[in-house]
Amino acid sequence: MALLEASGVVAGYGQTEILHGVSVSVDSGEMVTIIGPNGCGKSTLMKAIVGLVRAWSGSINFQGADISAYPPERIVRTRLCYVPQSNNVFPNLSIRENLEMGAFIRRDDYRGRIDEMFELFPDLARESGRRAGTLSGGQRQMLAIARAMMLDPIMLLLDEPSAGLSPAMMGLVFQRIREVNESGVAMLLIEQNARDALQMSNRGYIMVAGENRLEDTGKDLLSNPEVASLYLGG
Amino acid sequence: MSAQDNTGRRIGMAWTPMHTTIAIVAAALVIGLLPGVKMNLVVNGIFLGAIIALGAIGLTLIYGILNFSNIAHGDYMTTGAYVALFVVASLLPQFGIEGKGLGPFTFGYPLLIAIPISVAAVAALAVALDVAIYRRLRERGVNTVVVAMASLGLAIAMRGLVQFIWSGEVQRYPRETRKFYQLAMDVRVPPDAIFITIVTVILVVIVYLVLTRTKMGKAMRATADNPSLALVSGIDTQRVIWWTWVIGAALAATAGILLAVFQAQLLPTMGWKFLIPLFAAVILGGIGNPYGALVGAFVIGVSSEVSTQWINPSYKPAVAFAIMIAVLMVKPRGIFGGGR
Repeated sequence: MALLEASGVVAGYGQTEILHGVSVSVDSGEMVTIIGPNGCGKSTLMKAIVGLVRAWSGSINFQGADISAYPPERIVRTRLCYVPQSNNVFPNLSIRENLEMGAFIRRDDYRGRIDEMFELFPDLARESGRRAGTLSGGQRQMLAIARAMMLDPIMLLLDEPSAGLSPAMMGLVFQRIREVNESGVAMLLIEQNARDALQMSNRGYIMVAGENRLEDTGKDLLSNPEVASLYLGG
Repeated sequence: MSAQDNTGRRIGMAWTPMHTTIAIVAAALVIGLLPGVKMNLVVNGIFLGAIIALGAIGLTLIYGILNFSNIAHGDYMTTGAYVALFVVASLLPQFGIEGKGLGPFTFGYPLLIAIPISVAAVAALAVALDVAIYRRLRERGVNTVVVAMASLGLAIAMRGLVQFIWSGEVQRYPRETRKFYQLAMDVRVPPDAIFITIVTVILVVIVYLVLTRTKMGKAMRATADNPSLALVSGIDTQRVIWWTWVIGAALAATAGILLAVFQAQLLPTMGWKFLIPLFAAVILGGIGNPYGALVGAFVIGVSSEVSTQWINPSYKPAVAFAIMIAVLMVKPRGIFGGGR
């Protein structure tokens, strides 16, 4: 059985149904990317998985347990951690305090984990007392990922980690993501830079208008001419 | 090691509002030196500002974390003052604990026992009211204006209950009349004001340490910053909310007792009437910012006191609001707003 198995997820906001039965699965250690046009429900799917949006029907299994009825603060205890697209740090807290909040549910001594994060993201270590709100976009993204890593996650959900970054910064963020994945953390990724994301992914999904459109390995999606013309910008 | 190197700077950054407070108090004293301004009013305003600060810090924390204006905050102050009255005038005398005129102060040592009792009682009341009322409203996803209206209803109910139990008559803590200290420049300081200042400084430092050094305090700031990220980080927001009520109510109860000491009287409307300066201080400092509320409190306290030199004292609340509006026209998000 897959590590994460979402099947037939229907969800939305208020009366508006956004997801009309979406299915996604991720295996242990795998990197999976979801691409699709704006407004197709990619972010809503992630929010449904982490409990910020309640699934109306369908099931979401993580490590064999149905988590679709869990509140967010319980889901995070299963070590399924999430990095939102925007507002993904605590701006008035220092870098170090942001990491401490990432470790909020840990009862053990997590200072060693903070040092590990500083090794993985040396940019953050140099200014650990700096307010997160004053960081550049790239540094902020690194901090957001590091915060989610504090619980030693089994799986990370990243919503557009490259949004608004310069190409150089984007490359650096992608490299860090690849390193984290190579250390054994499964990943589900939403990306506008579909080409780069699919390149490093094991598999990919294409979502359109709240439904699954295509599913294949990263390589095959990249070489699929229809995908290239419709979703990769030619 | 780098963390320790940085700690110093972090404290330096966070203490800037403290420095600002000291600067504002100093500036107020300089204003008092101007010809035509009575230094006595400035000094009085600083003491009043200290009491406003205690109420305003709690009010702004509650706004930041629960996202609504707690209109009952003044009545938490009133309740705190009256619970202390019950303790010093009814409860403790039964155990033979009575007294007034402790050292230079008007009140007796029983009030020092009454303060923690009243603080605990009002904090417990605030948590109980959250469970009974506010949590239910939150769970139903009610609009924050409705929540504020619920707190208005609660304010009226609490005031009515205080009046029902203790009557609407003026009451006093057992007190001994004390001479004011006569200082230079015609400044007359009631000895109780020294006590008020010491208590305020201690509590502000405690709140600062809680917010910056404890896990729960950091979680409170995190929740105020970004509630949904707090949730997905696993922060127990319900516990954060309860601790916010505990801190806010504890500060309010203390402020109520200090106000009753400062004004030498208790009235069921004392806290309600204090709401305008409280809100003016909170908005002036940038809503949700505790350090801003501290600074705002002194600006409002001093300026509304000094205004009585030229304007009828009954216009004090109007002066507080006029100053708030003037500042907001220059800095729309308050003195410390817009930091995000």
